[in-house]
Amino acid sequence: MCDTCGCNITPGNEVLAHRHHEGHDHTAVEVLSSLLDANDHQAVHNRAHFRSHGVLAVNLMSSPGAGKTALLEATIDALGREFRIGVIEGDLETENDAARIRARGVPAVQISTGTACHLDAHMVHEAVHALDLDALDIVFIENVGNLVCPASFDLGQHRNVTLLSVTEGADKPAKYPVMFRASDLVLLTKCDLLELLDDFDPAAALAALRALASEAPLLHTAARRAPALAGWLDWLRTVAAGLRADTPAPQPAVAE
Amino acid sequence: MHEMAICQALIDQLETLAADRGATRVTGVLLRIGPLSGVEPALLDRAFGLARAGTVAEQASLRIERLPVRVSCRHCGRSSEAAPNRLLCGHCGDYRTRLVSGDELQLARAELEIPDAVEAAG
Repeated sequence: MCDTCGCNITPGNEVLAHRHHEGHDHTAVEVLSSLLDANDHQAVHNRAHFRSHGVLAVNLMSSPGAGKTALLEATIDALGREFRIGVIEGDLETENDAARIRARGVPAVQISTGTACHLDAHMVHEAVHALDLDALDIVFIENVGNLVCPASFDLGQHRNVTLLSVTEGADKPAKYPVMFRASDLVLLTKCDLLELLDDFDPAAALAALRALASEAPLLHTAARRAPALAGWLDWLRTVAAGLRADTPAPQPAVAE
Repeated sequence: MHEMAICQALIDQLETLAADRGATRVTGVLLRIGPLSGVEPALLDRAFGLARAGTVAEQASLRIERLPVRVSCRHCGRSSEAAPNRLLCGHCGDYRTRLVSGDELQLARAELEIPDAVEAAG
């Protein structure tokens, strides 16, 4: 505290202290708000919006090339008659992934983030309005391939799913703790390659995940081999059923 | 690097705060950040230098308080300090812990310059 006027002086701002008495009053305000307040508010709104339409929103995250789009293609093929699926695609550039999804006969909205390395709740909000939620049961949000930045931004999803491909290191959860800690489910992808790769130890990946105090299941998948998707599809069915049982009857007016 | 986007959100909050309080300038900002927020303080500090240009916080100093990672054990009930990628109980080693501190990304305090006629708030 400054002896003269009682304002707060910190090591960071003391260089400015000499300006105190030039006809200004200095006030320190305790704020205690999250830096991502605006994003978090929008995310809460998005989640409520999905929920009011009975739509399950799943945020898919991974490093580039772990197989998010391939997983979605295989998931649409397997569940397309059971659930009405929509996809929001996040990429820095191109519509390529959205085009791959649309080729499977489901609606896809591409968000081109330009230089931004992650999706945020506002981008997802805009994309959601390009989808007819009344005609959907599950919306997958394919985040930008990146194990760092997307972890900090709540999008309004109900579940976070992180993919770890067996062509990466099994110690990824230890290297990217923020991302893996936020995951409700971790999918080990490209497991059909495990027989060729003797340096990926699934048990080590599981141990690294548990060291993050995560109880998230770690499921083995291979998008190109239908039977290897069973665990993932069952997880989706269970979560979707839980959400449906939990969803209030449709309200006549939905707050936007 | 998402620190620039986070800095932009910080600047927006400071602009709103200054307008609400009738402040002409923000002279200091205190943030509290834990390693599990996913934000790197050094990068945030550098981004702030760019993001503040031309704003109410143009000359604001930034101080970042780094908070430790602490977990509370659901098995033995005790709490301990932990590493960001090893959130096990420091006493019994169990992995079923709850994060007590370490994921903060908080604007804790802002120092405002308010013209004399305006009554100070806060």
